[in-house]
Amino acid sequence: MLTKRIIPCLDVADGRVVKGTNFVNLVDAGDPVELALRYDKEGADELVFLDITASSDKRAILIEFVKKTAEVLFIPFTVGGGINDSETIRDLLLAGADKVSINTAAVRNPALIREASVQFGSQCIVVAVDARRIRENSVSEYSFDYDVSPVSIDNESVWEVYTHGGRKPTGIDAVKWAKFMNECGAGEILLTSMDCDGTKDGYDISLTKKVSDSVTIPVIASGGAGTLEHISDVLDCCDAALLASLLHYRLTTVGDIKNHCQSKSVRVRL
Amino acid sequence: MVTIIDYGASNIKSVIKAFEHLGVDVLVTNELDLLKKAEILVCPGQGAFNQAIVALKEKGIDGLIKNHIKEGRPFIGICLGFQILFESSDENGHHEGLGVFPGHIRRFKLDDPKLKVPHMGWNLIEPTNADDCYFKNLPNNYVYFVHSYALFDLDKSLNGTKTMYGREFISSISRDNVLATQFHPEKSGESGLMILKNFLDKNGESYANTY
Repeated sequence: MLTKRIIPCLDVADGRVVKGTNFVNLVDAGDPVELALRYDKEGADELVFLDITASSDKRAILIEFVKKTAEVLFIPFTVGGGINDSETIRDLLLAGADKVSINTAAVRNPALIREASVQFGSQCIVVAVDARRIRENSVSEYSFDYDVSPVSIDNESVWEVYTHGGRKPTGIDAVKWAKFMNECGAGEILLTSMDCDGTKDGYDISLTKKVSDSVTIPVIASGGAGTLEHISDVLDCCDAALLASLLHYRLTTVGDIKNHCQSKSVRVRL
Repeated sequence: MVTIIDYGASNIKSVIKAFEHLGVDVLVTNELDLLKKAEILVCPGQGAFNQAIVALKEKGIDGLIKNHIKEGRPFIGICLGFQILFESSDENGHHEGLGVFPGHIRRFKLDDPKLKVPHMGWNLIEPTNADDCYFKNLPNNYVYFVHSYALFDLDKSLNGTKTMYGREFISSISRDNVLATQFHPEKSGESGLMILKNFLDKNGESYANTY
């Protein structure tokens, strides 16, 4: 049977891996290619690189980095961070990325997901959804140039979609949005719970389950992993788990995670 | 030398890198003259079945693939490059394939709503013939898949591997100098590289030297 995937996520800035909290206090954590190979050796099933480069020649640096990675890494990898047009997607895929992850640009322009999934195939289009429990005082400043009403928050909504690295509320219902992205041709949903992210109290199981049950494509859960138990728990209701700080700070290894999952009868590649 | 058919399939970079990693020269081309001279021909592929068939026919590469295989020369098909070898596919309507091998490509119909389509991720392959040299010495039998359509029946003339996803399907076929895989060996870590290496060991150097 198909195994559940363990996916380390690396933040990359100017071609280096960085660690930090909420995009501040960034510390250089090494060469991304070396780290990628280490995770590969440990048994990572895929890798995600999130580009947070701020400089203006961002694209060129990122393409160069993707090329270098593709030379030596023989497991699938996804690149995300500020991707907002078809040309960038094409350039990244030609440089050797297997998938691209799109977040804000999908909210601004869902047609991008439709077009890209036809042009490049659904399998390489991951839509990242940053979801947070609806707050009473949340005010969306978004103006949309498409009819957003079918996916808007209603009385039954629990989670809202945020963009721009979690800074901007959109007024969009996260579950409806995931479903809509599925219909638009997305091949996977990378679902981050902003409520749980950084807490180490566990993934948002109810969010993950709700989204996973609502779509026909795989769902990767992200945000909140603090223990091995958290990981095996969330994999009960989705297809893959994204890991960042637990792995980067060497609190555990991919191998330990997989051994634990196996012991909990969660099927993994070992 | 490995010759990779470039017919517009988007991501062939990793296929190129995998062969280079194994120490063979790689030529990527869509020119018939060069493809005709190929020692080992590789047809990668992602995307839709019929688009691939149309693109291959436009350049006359469909006939070239058939001849290459008929002449018993080494051939590797990957993902869509596996599917096009069969008689037909139901992807976006009914479309004819190259018909090199008997079989039809159909969409996964799964009873279990928990099973997602595409079938995406790492799954086990089980060789139908335990002595199949292409699947020897693998560190493990997990390989990486991304597909929504599959072959469900294996013709008696072929060996290959089977995989379970809700139901059993054919994850690769092999016969003599031909290996075609639904999975991506170039994305399947050490196991995938070993499968490609096994192919080169059987068909590579000796064939190249006599060419």
